[in-house]
Amino acid sequence: MGSAREEILARIRAAGAARPVTVPREYRRERRVADPVALFAERIADYRAVVRSGPVELIGECLGARGVRTMVVPADVPAHWRVSGVRWLVDDDPPLELSVVDGVDGVLTGCAVAIAETGTIVLDAGQAQGRRLLSLVPDYHLCVVRTDQIEVTVAQALSRLDPLRPLTFISGPSATSDIELDRVEGVHGPRTLEVLIVDG
Amino acid sequence: MGRNPVTWLGSPVFPKAAHTALADTQLRANLRKATTTIRDKRASAVAELADWEELRRAGEAIKDDVLANLDTYLLRLEESVTARGGVVHWARDAEEANRIVLDLAREHGADEVVKVKSMATAEIGLNEALEAGGIRAVETDLAELIVQLGRDRPSHILVPAIHRNRAEIREIFRREMSEAPVSDDPRELAEAARRHLRRKFLSARVAVSGANFAVADTGSIVVVESEGNGRMCLTLPQTLITVMGIEKLVPSWRDLEVFLQLLPRSSTAERMNPYTSVWTGVTPGDGPSRFHLVLLDNGRTATLADEVGRQALRCIRCSACLNVCPVYERTGGQAYGSVYPGPIGAILAPQLADDPSDEQAASLPYASSLCGACYEVCPVRINIPQALTHLRAKVVRNKGGRNPEALAMAAAAWVFADPRRFEAAQRAGSLSRLLTGAGPIGRLPWPGSKWTATRDAPSLPKESFRLWWRRNRG
Repeated sequence: MGSAREEILARIRAAGAARPVTVPREYRRERRVADPVALFAERIADYRAVVRSGPVELIGECLGARGVRTMVVPADVPAHWRVSGVRWLVDDDPPLELSVVDGVDGVLTGCAVAIAETGTIVLDAGQAQGRRLLSLVPDYHLCVVRTDQIEVTVAQALSRLDPLRPLTFISGPSATSDIELDRVEGVHGPRTLEVLIVDG
Repeated sequence: MGRNPVTWLGSPVFPKAAHTALADTQLRANLRKATTTIRDKRASAVAELADWEELRRAGEAIKDDVLANLDTYLLRLEESVTARGGVVHWARDAEEANRIVLDLAREHGADEVVKVKSMATAEIGLNEALEAGGIRAVETDLAELIVQLGRDRPSHILVPAIHRNRAEIREIFRREMSEAPVSDDPRELAEAARRHLRRKFLSARVAVSGANFAVADTGSIVVVESEGNGRMCLTLPQTLITVMGIEKLVPSWRDLEVFLQLLPRSSTAERMNPYTSVWTGVTPGDGPSRFHLVLLDNGRTATLADEVGRQALRCIRCSACLNVCPVYERTGGQAYGSVYPGPIGAILAPQLADDPSDEQAASLPYASSLCGACYEVCPVRINIPQALTHLRAKVVRNKGGRNPEALAMAAAAWVFADPRRFEAAQRAGSLSRLLTGAGPIGRLPWPGSKWTATRDAPSLPKESFRLWWRRNRG
């Protein structure tokens, strides 16, 4: 028996499918809208995310309104995001145990890019975002989105991202439509996604 | 080489299975409700994008490029995944792929693996193979969990439990879960699934997933989902094993701008699915520390060798074709006897099975009215009706030249070849009204009975179009 790799490659070459193909790229990659920030807010709210905009100090109000006591944050969030009144657990070196992250009330992160047209935030494990599991395991995710991070189209957002980083695209809280196609928010990921849009 | 499990052993041929399914009124009600809902939603999600046709054309061409240069792109993917700390395996068939996954799971000391919903692993019967090797595979997508706990078979590509309503699901959960749901409210049922799976996620050491896309240039793998079960599996365990069909590639990162628009709007009718995960090899300190990628052939290279049939490999498993198909809506997915039901299944399953002696697979290209709705909604423009007729011709050729269908086709060809013969045949047809009356014809004598066994034949008009034209316009 020859190697599977060589055999599959030989089968492909014998299939006779080789030919030049030109990809037409007439779809629009960019789009101008009057107010991308408003469009983003509207579209992500469509997915049942809670949306607020204003100064970053609103973090305190968001957490207060939910009665949150313990929050986890990546080590590199700006110091003033860690408002008083809640206990902040910092995911640093060494990283927090999974059972600890599972026990907190919520997580606070920033994001890398947001997509207005689809109501999506993208995390790339960069500044203020931390490991992927941080935005997944706690039941409440508060995400700070700067207005200068909002792109209109999917194409514009993708061109700003580095595919070699671990990426997570999030459009609303976790959801399922598997029972009679009725949409239910909140399955294994956070049941609440709150987005705070700040100027920047 | 064993039998390819893409079609289910012991499934009856489609007309027989359809006959049984049609008698199930509960099934038809569940399906009609579900497919109608999603059809309407899809139409409005698509209408939002003024450049939908251009996106479809691009999607079609990108996939054609992948198929035309598959060896180049696969080698590029292998190189980029390896460079980022992943290990690439190649599998010629289901048996070989299952063995690779089983060996890896054992090597990492797992007696249980958590799974992200994946068509490729369903196609190769991975769960059964793991079970036989002493490893439990736990499906974590809600619909897959319903199917697994109900010891049932999937009936839809995207929503495998679409044939079940909330009352049936509650019964299954009551029977199989330690903390049963109290009501049949979908919210309560989803919550029960969350409780049931949470501990498994947090303690799992090995996860198995499929891939929606793999980027050849960068080695990035993409999985789209809604519930977060995918993210749990993709980030919490130490070892991640991904099984993907060799056609799931896109050449470059930029190509995803096309598919991340085409896929969610076509499948769940959303602007974007709640979660999309992208990873490249391993990232120290974030996610699994070991990543294995299994590249699966299992009939794909044979499909690639068929000039007309190969377009089925463009499929991105969105399931839009199922939701618009009048045949699927009435029979449900299980009648197709394969993990790939509906119009795409009717052309994909028999090609992947690649076995001319499999009568059940050979019946699938007939599971269609050729109405063309599937072609219209396909985000990568797979001409399913064309592939269906092409595969029917192949089935007829395989049967040999002297069966009734081949004779009828030969006779039809002779009649169509000459306008005078055609007209004479039409007149004879109109005369037959005297014998059959004006209503639809329920039963014809042999060999017409071959046709009317599964459908009514319309009665013939009094006058042919050609005669009418000559009388009024000639």
